[in-house]
Amino acid sequence: MIMDEVKEEFVKELLKNNKRSDGRGLLEYRPIKIEKGLLPNAEGSCLAQIGDTKVLAGVKFDVVEPYKDRPAEGVFQVNAEFLPLAHPEFFAGPPDERSIELARVVDRGIRSADCVDSKKLFLEEGKALGIYVDLYIMDHSGNLIDTAGLAAMGALLDTKVPKYEAKALIRGEFSGKLHLERSAVVCSFEKIDGKIVLDANDEEEVASEGRLSFATCDGDLLCAAQKSGRSAFSREEFSAIMDASLEKGRELRKLIGG
Amino acid sequence: MEKPVLIRNGKRNDGRGVMDLRPLKITAGVLKKADGSAMIEWGKNKILAAVYGPREAFPKHMANPNRANVNCKYSMAPFSSLEEHGRSGPNRRAIEIGKVAKHVFENAILTNQFPKTQIDISIEVLQSDGGTRIAGITAAAVALADAGIPMRDLVQGVSVGKVDGVLVVDVDKPEDNYGTSDIPVIVSLRSNEILLFQLDGMLSKKEVETALDYSFETAKTVRELQIEALKNKYVLEESGA
Repeated sequence: MIMDEVKEEFVKELLKNNKRSDGRGLLEYRPIKIEKGLLPNAEGSCLAQIGDTKVLAGVKFDVVEPYKDRPAEGVFQVNAEFLPLAHPEFFAGPPDERSIELARVVDRGIRSADCVDSKKLFLEEGKALGIYVDLYIMDHSGNLIDTAGLAAMGALLDTKVPKYEAKALIRGEFSGKLHLERSAVVCSFEKIDGKIVLDANDEEEVASEGRLSFATCDGDLLCAAQKSGRSAFSREEFSAIMDASLEKGRELRKLIGG
Repeated sequence: MEKPVLIRNGKRNDGRGVMDLRPLKITAGVLKKADGSAMIEWGKNKILAAVYGPREAFPKHMANPNRANVNCKYSMAPFSSLEEHGRSGPNRRAIEIGKVAKHVFENAILTNQFPKTQIDISIEVLQSDGGTRIAGITAAAVALADAGIPMRDLVQGVSVGKVDGVLVVDVDKPEDNYGTSDIPVIVSLRSNEILLFQLDGMLSKKEVETALDYSFETAKTVRELQIEALKNKYVLEESGA
């Protein structure tokens, strides 16, 4: 608690002069690193790093029964695990509201942009492909959502579709790369003492009163959003954040090779 | 399932124009035990909201010396939807909605007046018809006022959707199922700020700005009905005395 208050004061003091502890501009990302295809057993994988934050995404396929209301479509699902090794305040146990929110925001961005055409996942009567993206939070130094968004999209870009024969998947043999209609990424902004910063580090997240995240996709469209935390946002702040999300989103999509 | 035509000659499937709300009725103080409560009937939605607190924070180590903790539970009854029996217990969607609803009231309530306490808000959807989170939070704001908890503003919202390529307010169930975008918004008309915002579906920045314009504009009607509900409670008590 005391350390949090010290960090908070430090961050706010710097922001008064539009400065950040690592010398970045207010709307600047930390260095980003993307490594695809690290895990050959997964159908797709990607390790995304923003600064010291690391998120690993793995993609697996299964044959599933389509949902009753969408009988000719496959299933797409994103899950997140906040691993205890990633942060002193992460503990083993069922997913809490933070990990559910993160997974659902990343899921919404990719789903709303129709990145994966779920109709193409249909196999035959009563059978479809299920794509499962699991996000492993490995090292938490702030801005998990954007890092997880990059990892998920990077892993999908790396994904190969397993062969389907005699009502079963043949593991290790592929029919080709997963076709993606477009790619989507998330940009998150924290509000600290009335200032808006992109890609907050962990100190800044402690000082933050609220977050606004926008997912953007090809065609310069906004495809998902989430306001979180107790702070409110004005119309002007919304407008500025949407502009920055569209601009930074283009850069991120270029970076992951979408 | 084939997508039905949802907008014909500028009219929506239930005859509304793009800026028309469904019938909306709010009743304050519907529960005896709760410190504050409200029932909202919005379209076919029927949602109950109740508040307990401020009361001592539990567990004690969670007590915040600077402000009250706000807890918010959103849940849909297993019999609440037209489709199959829902599983009881909070699912991932309900947990996420509870979280963003909590953030709305962390902002609206003057939590610094009640350090080391907690305020518990429950939103129970008895019948769902699209837009349950917005209706539930609108009801919870009335329940908080009914409980006498001081707030910066009486908050409310209207969701906006994109249906057949057109932005419309207060999306109902068929529009939610077959529309391409859904944008739930909770606003504070007093500060002109946005307290809850979620979005899915591909939209341009201009469309999002228009959606926000629509929400702010139509929220005024919702606010009047909230205030009327709170006033009505006292009118009834007086006449019954």
